[in-house]
Amino acid sequence: MSNVEVENDAQHHAQHHAQSGTGERRLQAHFDRTISHNQRIEPRDWMPEGYRKTLIRQIAQHAHSEIIGMQPEGEWITRAPSLRRKAILFAKVQDEAGHGLYLYSAAETLGADRADLTERLIEGRQKYSSIFNYPTLNFADVGVIGWFVDGAAICNQVPLCRSSYGPYARAMVRICKEESFHQRQGYELLMTMMRGTEAQRQMVQDAVDRWWWPSLMMFGPPDSESSHTVQSMAWRIKLHTNDELRQRFVDMTVPQAEKLGVVLPDPQLRWNNERGHHDFSTPDWSELKRVIDGDGPCNAQRMARRRAAHEEGAWVREAAGAYAAKQAAHEAGKKRQEGPAG
Amino acid sequence: MTRDRRKWPLYEVFIRGKRGLNHVHVGSLHAADDRMALTHARDLYTRRNEGVSIWVVRSDAITASTPDEKDPFFAPSGDKVYRHPTFYDIPEDVPHI
Amino acid sequence: MTDDHVYLSLAEGSEEGEARWAFGTGFEDPLHGVDTAVPEELDSRILAAYCLALGDDALVLAQRLAEWCTRAPELEEEVALANIGLDLLGQARLLLSRAGQAEGAGRDEDALAYFRNADAFRNVRLAELPNGDFAFSIARLLVMATWRLALFERLTESKDPVLAAVAAKGVKELTYHRDYTAQWTVRLGDGTQESHRRMQRGIEEIWPYTGELFTTAPPEREATEAGIGIDPATVREDVEATLRQVADAATLTLPVIPTLTASPRTGGGRVGKHTDALAPLLTELQSVARAHPEATW
Repeated sequence: MSNVEVENDAQHHAQHHAQSGTGERRLQAHFDRTISHNQRIEPRDWMPEGYRKTLIRQIAQHAHSEIIGMQPEGEWITRAPSLRRKAILFAKVQDEAGHGLYLYSAAETLGADRADLTERLIEGRQKYSSIFNYPTLNFADVGVIGWFVDGAAICNQVPLCRSSYGPYARAMVRICKEESFHQRQGYELLMTMMRGTEAQRQMVQDAVDRWWWPSLMMFGPPDSESSHTVQSMAWRIKLHTNDELRQRFVDMTVPQAEKLGVVLPDPQLRWNNERGHHDFSTPDWSELKRVIDGDGPCNAQRMARRRAAHEEGAWVREAAGAYAAKQAAHEAGKKRQEGPAG
Repeated sequence: MTRDRRKWPLYEVFIRGKRGLNHVHVGSLHAADDRMALTHARDLYTRRNEGVSIWVVRSDAITASTPDEKDPFFAPSGDKVYRHPTFYDIPEDVPHI
Repeated sequence: MTDDHVYLSLAEGSEEGEARWAFGTGFEDPLHGVDTAVPEELDSRILAAYCLALGDDALVLAQRLAEWCTRAPELEEEVALANIGLDLLGQARLLLSRAGQAEGAGRDEDALAYFRNADAFRNVRLAELPNGDFAFSIARLLVMATWRLALFERLTESKDPVLAAVAAKGVKELTYHRDYTAQWTVRLGDGTQESHRRMQRGIEEIWPYTGELFTTAPPEREATEAGIGIDPATVREDVEATLRQVADAATLTLPVIPTLTASPRTGGGRVGKHTDALAPLLTELQSVARAHPEATW
């Protein structure tokens, strides 16, 4: 179903409820009760348009992030320095394509259309996670992305397994299972490299230095500047604030860094006994804004690759559609010749 | 209505994870034809594991009931799948759905 | 690291049927229960050379499939091409390991993959050709899968128990690769005018390299005589019949398979004569490993 049709739904919806204001109030009350009882909203349930639109945007951005996120690591599959690492990385990047598909599938239950969402992505009308606009410069980046980026993704996503929208929650359950494999392979690679040569240890520290701040920014702007949080939390499509999740990520990562023997690049980072959490410096939010607005080191490159794959694949998709249409016509012709079935 | 041939239709995927279990709805995918849908379902939802049984069906071929009889908005179209239907109730103990 | 893996406890656990979903679980070890010692009656030099050739075919083709990553015509094909690449990479690892073991010089799969130069690779040249468009890649993969499947079906009877086990596992994988590429060949051949033109062109471009697949090179002749391997000339008829069947359904025309003599001058990849596409492929594949020869990964 195209987004035009979604718009039509909304109009139909509005007309219908203009005729019966009490109907809408009753539906809204039913929806609110479902959410407050911590029950799931399912695709054919009535839902407020704002809920639908916010969810489509959120799920689509998440799906786009999985697909664009294949690129920084995908560049290293052909260069992975052992066949075992090659197989692990190849499988991991493949999983990300799978995750993108699970999520697009969830978005489609809301009336969105994947081809339309893809158009929005390659025209720059929908965003993806800012982290994938940074370059991968050495093989340790593969490990650090697994450890930080997939770790941060897990922090974000595990709570979403309990989000209010059924198909989204179910997709998150499956994705989280696979992400934990991703995070482990990353950390294991780094442990192996830290036990290796001095050059390898330097590669790991260099990658940690470059990815730490972008990883903290992955959780989004600070709560004081985050505009959608209150409504999204009321709808239970966001279960913790950006700052809560960021804190959780820091608290989890610090002991892992110690065990690994790397230094996280923040002199202010220390345990605060009173708070029961680590204190850390404020990320450079102007950098996040620049990268989100399209001025990160790799924005243009990532978009160009995605656009090229989509455009260069058009003749293939069209051929498959043409073949299917021919086959369907052929089948229909056969049925007509055979006459009505006995 | 003319269909854009570059847009492959949506299919729903059902998988029997092992003998003795029902097929369970696991999600959807796009494919140009039934055979491609089966191939994609195997690749995406079972990741090369053997021994599972897969059903695929065009989403627009599914007829669904309305989940909530009191729902006036959907009542008139109760005989058609109005949106992509993930409307199968799945018991809590079915894994990873 | 599992003891401090904090995130796992956050995920809602459900162990039943784990093997069906997440990656990397529920896979069988193809060598489970197989005695991996090289049988005394076999000539290990011949076994090593034969496994190396079949392993190199898989490794080089897997590398070409990895190059498709993030470039596939649709996301579902992204997943499918990666599956095929992963299957071939798995075959390469088992075969190169066996080659190293039979050779007995202490080289493992990585030593063989990363520290040989192009002239020491024994893959057929069809595997190393650059990807071209989707039609070219499908044409190459269809021919490679059909040919390799015919070999592997017969290799399940090999006197080497490891090679037989690897072949038995590979048969299932290659059957899927052949079916996947046959379906696409038909769709593209009988799709639009443009896809027909591209698919026909793809077949014509790979065709000069098909003769090599059915030419008996020295490693194959020796392995066949020893009961280890299969003479590829003997699968020509079967492979050609399958390809013609697919081509007919796809409204495509297959040229005649060229004949090649297995002399060192013209014998192709099996005797170390490669196209100029192999060296750059290996430069990329080996770049990180060779930059850090002392490292462990």
